[in-house]
Amino acid sequence: MSKARTSLTRTSLVHLALIGYAIISVFPVFLTLINSMKDRNAIFRNPMQLPTPETFDLVGYTTVLGQGDFATYFQNSFIVTVASIALVLLFGAMAAFALSEYRFRGNTLMGLYLAIGIMIPIRLGTVAILQGMVATGLVNTLTALVLVYTAQGIPLAVFILSEFMRTVSDDLKNAGRIDGLSEYAIFFRLVLPLVRPAMATVAVFTMIPIWNDLWFPLILAPSEATKTVTLGSQIFIGQFVTNWNAVLAALSLAILPVLILYFIFSRQLIRGITSGAVK
Amino acid sequence: MGSLQLKSVRKSFGTVDVIKGIDLDVKDGEFVIFVGPSGCGKSTLLRIIAGLEDATSGSITIDGAEVVTVPPAKRGIAMVFQSYALYPHLTVKDNMGLGLKQAGAPKDEIEKRVAKASGMLSLEKYLARRPAELSGGQRQRVAIGRAIVREPKLFLFDEPLSNLDAALRVNTRLEIARLHRELKATMIYVTHDQVEAMTLADKIVVLDAGVIQQVGSPMELYNRPANLFVAGFIGSPGMNFIDAERLGISDARTIGVRPEHITLSRESGDWQAKAVHVEHLGADTIVYLESEKVGAFTVRLFGEHHYQPDDVVFATPAADQMHRFDANGQAIR
Repeated sequence: MSKARTSLTRTSLVHLALIGYAIISVFPVFLTLINSMKDRNAIFRNPMQLPTPETFDLVGYTTVLGQGDFATYFQNSFIVTVASIALVLLFGAMAAFALSEYRFRGNTLMGLYLAIGIMIPIRLGTVAILQGMVATGLVNTLTALVLVYTAQGIPLAVFILSEFMRTVSDDLKNAGRIDGLSEYAIFFRLVLPLVRPAMATVAVFTMIPIWNDLWFPLILAPSEATKTVTLGSQIFIGQFVTNWNAVLAALSLAILPVLILYFIFSRQLIRGITSGAVK
Repeated sequence: MGSLQLKSVRKSFGTVDVIKGIDLDVKDGEFVIFVGPSGCGKSTLLRIIAGLEDATSGSITIDGAEVVTVPPAKRGIAMVFQSYALYPHLTVKDNMGLGLKQAGAPKDEIEKRVAKASGMLSLEKYLARRPAELSGGQRQRVAIGRAIVREPKLFLFDEPLSNLDAALRVNTRLEIARLHRELKATMIYVTHDQVEAMTLADKIVVLDAGVIQQVGSPMELYNRPANLFVAGFIGSPGMNFIDAERLGISDARTIGVRPEHITLSRESGDWQAKAVHVEHLGADTIVYLESEKVGAFTVRLFGEHHYQPDDVVFATPAADQMHRFDANGQAIR
């Protein structure tokens, strides 16, 4: 290895930049967490201060959990996120396999068409989506959200996964064909395990915007029974009075499930990389 | 069980013709090797026989049955790939048994055949391992074992030794030759390495630009090349080609002499020449020469010879080992 690459100043500069970025990213989360455990006065007087014995107060959490519906909101968010990820991964991977594996007329065009979805935000179509949901009677159902999020996630999934699937050895797929595996078996049993790291990446990228989304729950499923966590927390934000304790506590709680999902996928990511492929 | 006929097989990718009409007859139990330079269509031809590519036109029969519309798994073939193509998530045993399992063979039958194949290839110790835990040579043996377990009518090998280092390549080559003797199966083997072709084949098919240049036993190709391409491709170092006019021969355009069929002497001979470069290989000495009369040529001498660059020597070709080619590059017999 060249000397320049291992030089101390160089590595420390790189680390400094990384640490700086990490602090900037984590700081809002940290601020939310510490303030969720303080009383109202302390939040406003000293927002940067860690909770002290005098200012420590779990009133936010008791409010949120006392509201009772929050369990439902969590459940809704969880169902929507997990179902959407599952559908995005399934359909995205299948489309990516078809685009990367088979030569057919309009292959490139289809790929580009799907890629357009990455460039044009789905929210531009909100009115049409709402009309469609009203017409099909899906307003105020979790199905509506799952459908929209699946559509939103598929373009990126196809884009990333088809690139990865091109790297899976043709010989391996052909060996499967000679051994009598069907195209579905080749896809599910040979290709998917090999692109697992890419699947985990896609899952993480898909999951976070879905979990955090306020727009579609507000428009498509604002009823009490279908509220997601992000939407549920909004009841504490008023035009004139905002219950900051409760908002911060709700947000802190909302971080947990997504953190758990992230750990699951990132483990997959590491395992996928170390599993060893063709050669 | 295990004959193959190809009749005017053609393959085009768009407007590019890769295979331009191949007719070939492979008899039961034959070891046939397709050899040729990169891009000559040999791998494509093998994949067409396997059913992994569709031929644009032509007919393929295995054991007398037309297979053009039969999927690869039902053609009664097994294929060994250059990159081994083992299933990374399955153990050696499951890798070898998967084809039979898919075909719905009973469990004890699979066990029996896997045991037999792993015995032949001394893989018993590794049956529980995954491909990632094996060395390159072991992986290729597993890939060969996977083919044996299927007991196919045709074994197809796609450059199986290219990813192995030189020593392993020789061992695995011997292994494949032994398997062919033991199994008495029909094997079709693709390689660009003429040493593999010469040492393994019963019959060599030399391909260039999607056309068969010559079919024959290794010695036939060596002794009686049909054209300039085959003459230059078979043998190492390659045959010397000399303009017939320079030798005063009028009934041919080009004269070919193999480097091993020329003798050198310091005193006298037919062609006076100057050594340009000498390679000492122990068993052989290869001398590159430049001559006023015939141009640049190569001589291969057996054993050690102490020629140096700039030495002036006389070369004499063996008169009965001269190959004559006409203006179209075809051999004159």
